[in-house]
Amino acid sequence: MPYTSDKPPLPETPEQLRVRIPGWGVDLDPADRPAVPRERFDPGATGAHWEFPERQPEERPRERSIEHGTLPPVFGTTLPLRGVSGVVRRYAYRRFSEARAAHWLLLMAGDRIDVVESRVLAAVRGRPDDPVAETGVRSEVSHHGWSSRAGAGRADVVHQPMDPVIVAGPWVLGGLAAVVVARRLARRARRR
Amino acid sequence: MRAMVYRGPYRVRVEEKPPPRIEHPNDAIVRVELAAICGSDLHLYHGLMPDTRVGTTFGHEFIGVVEQVGPSVERVQVGDRVMVPFNVYCGSCYYCARGLYANCHNVNPNATAVGGIYGYSHTCGGYDGGQAELVRVPFADVGPAPIPDWMDAEDAVLLTDAVATGYFGAQLGDIVEGDVVVVFGAGPVGLAAAQSAWLMGAGRVIVVDHLEYRLAKARELAHAETYNFAEHRDVVVLLKRVTDHLGADVAIDAVGAEADGSLLQHVTAAKLKLQGGSPVALNWAIDSVRKGGTVSVVGAYGPIFSAVKFGDAVNKGLTLRMNQCHVKRQWPRLFEHVRNGYLRPRDIVTHRFPLEDIAEAYHVFSAKLDGCIKPLVVPGPA
Ligand SMILES: NC(=O)c1ccc[n+]([C@@H]2O[C@H](COP(=O)([O-])OP(=O)(O)OC[C@H]3O[C@@H](n4cnc5c(N)ncnc54)[C@H](O)[C@@H]3O)[C@@H](O)[C@H]2O)c1
Ligand SMILES: [Zn+2]
Ligand SMILES: [Zn+2]
Repeated sequence: MPYTSDKPPLPETPEQLRVRIPGWGVDLDPADRPAVPRERFDPGATGAHWEFPERQPEERPRERSIEHGTLPPVFGTTLPLRGVSGVVRRYAYRRFSEARAAHWLLLMAGDRIDVVESRVLAAVRGRPDDPVAETGVRSEVSHHGWSSRAGAGRADVVHQPMDPVIVAGPWVLGGLAAVVVARRLARRARRR
Repeated sequence: MRAMVYRGPYRVRVEEKPPPRIEHPNDAIVRVELAAICGSDLHLYHGLMPDTRVGTTFGHEFIGVVEQVGPSVERVQVGDRVMVPFNVYCGSCYYCARGLYANCHNVNPNATAVGGIYGYSHTCGGYDGGQAELVRVPFADVGPAPIPDWMDAEDAVLLTDAVATGYFGAQLGDIVEGDVVVVFGAGPVGLAAAQSAWLMGAGRVIVVDHLEYRLAKARELAHAETYNFAEHRDVVVLLKRVTDHLGADVAIDAVGAEADGSLLQHVTAAKLKLQGGSPVALNWAIDSVRKGGTVSVVGAYGPIFSAVKFGDAVNKGLTLRMNQCHVKRQWPRLFEHVRNGYLRPRDIVTHRFPLEDIAEAYHVFSAKLDGCIKPLVVPGPA
C-alpha cells in the first residue's frame, strides 16, 4: 500500500522464480544488458571502414527534409516522385519542416492522390487492380473469419466494419464525382 | 523478381518487379529465404504512415543468402547466409558511433527524426523491403551478420526485429530485482518483452490485451499474469487494484499507433488519421505505473501529434524511455539467450504463407484471424 512506507510483498521469492522461469535474473546486472548505457562511444564496433560513407550517385534530384544540412550519402531510390501526387509531396518537402503539421498532412494527401493515380495507371497498363484479391478477404473463409470473432469479446470488432468503407470509400466518392461532372458537361453541351 | 507491393490502404498484391541493383559500393543484394510480417507493417498497410507510395515493397524482417556485393564490401561474401537487422544504418555517423543505430543520420533524406528502415515508406528512407525474392541491403559491412550454424531459420528471422525489440523494450524499463512490470500488448513484441522482463529480474510480469488467444500465449510462453481489458470497465483501476494501489514499477507499451480500448482514440487515429497514433495503451501505461516509475515505449507512432496524457506523466514524475530498437547491438546477448533456451523466438510463429498469398497473409494478421500471432512469408517457387 502506498499509504505506508513498505513496498507491497511479492507473491514469489527470487528462489521460487528462478525455479519456475528458465533464465530468471540472468540479466539482473545492468552490465549484461546490451542497451545499457544508452550511448556507448565505439565507432570501431560497427564494421564501418570509413569516416564518412562514399556518396551514392544522385541520378535524379532526391527530395529531402529541409531539416537536413546535406543530402545523406545513402538513400532509397524506389518510386521517384511523379504525377500530381509527386507535385504535392515535393511541395511538402520543400516548404515545410518535419515540425509542421502541414508537412505531414500534405504527404498524407499525396498518398491518397497516389492511390487514384496508380489505379488509373495500372488499368491503362493492363494490370488493373482487383479489390477482392488485393484485400485478401477470401481468407475470411479459409481462415475462420466468423469463429475468430464470434463470442471472443474482442474490442476491435466494433470498428472492423469501417474497413470496407475505407477501401471502397474513395471509389464511391470518385464515382459520384464522375457522375456529377458528366452531368454538368452534358447539360453544358445541351445548352450550346 | 516477384515482390509484394502496396496498392493502397488494406490492399497488397504480388507483382513482377525489376531486381534491385548495387547502387553504392557497400551495397549487397540478398536473396530472401524467409521474411516476416511485423505489427509495424500493419500501420503501413492501413495507410497510417505518411509518404507510403503505391508500389512500395514492405518487409523489414528477413534472412537470406548474399547474391551480389559492391566493390567496397569486405565482411560478407557471395553465398553467405545472413540475417539483416531492420535498421538501415551507416555505422559511422554521430549516432551510429554511439550505438544508436536506429537513429542513423546518413540513410534517410526524407526525415531527420527517424532513421532508415527496409520497406517502411519514404518517411523512413524509401528503401524496398524483404517480402520479395531479392532486396538491396545498404552498408553490407555494417548491418548483416552470418546466421550461426546452430540457429534455426525462424529464430533468426524473429531476431531481426520482433524479439530484439521486445528485449530492448524491457531494457528501456531499467528493471531492478523484484519490479512489477506490466506489458501492454500480447503481440510478438509484447510477448518478447514479457519474457525478457523475467531475465532482468522482474518480480511480477503482467500482460494486458483483448485477444484471449494471445493472452493464453502470454501465460504459456511468458509465464505472465494476464488481464483482458475488454472484460473490465477500467483497466487502470484494475491494475491499481492488483498492485495494492501502488501501480506497477515499469510499464511497457508494445501496442503502438492502432491501440484499441477507446473507440474515439482508435477511430480518430487509425481510421480518420487525425492523430499520429491512438495512444490508449500509452495513456494506460502512464496512468497505471506508480509515481516515479518508468514507461518504456516501443509501440510505433506516426509523426503527427497524438493525444497523450502528458500532464499525468509530469505530475507523477515518470521517466519516459523509448526508441526504435538498435537491433544488432542486442544480438550477441540474445544469441546466448536463444542458445540457452531462455528465449525461444519461433514458438510465437503461427502461420507460414507463400509470397504469392501475401494478400491473405496481411488480412489474417491485420484482422487477427485464425489465432494468428506471427506470420512468416516464404518467397520461392510459386
Ligand atoms: N520500436 C521498434 O523498434 C519496433 C519494432 C517492432 C515493432 N514495433 C511496434 O510495436 C508494436 C507491436 O508490434 P507487434 O508486432 O507485436 O504488433 P501486433 O499488432 O501483433 O500486437 C499488438 C497487440 O496489442 C493489442 N492491443 C491493442 N490495443 C491494446 C491496448 N489498448 N492495450 C493492450 N493491448 C492492446 C492487440 O490486440 C495486439 O495483440 C507496433 O506498434 C509496432 O509498430 C516497434
Ligand atoms: Zn517491425
Ligand atoms: Zn549512421
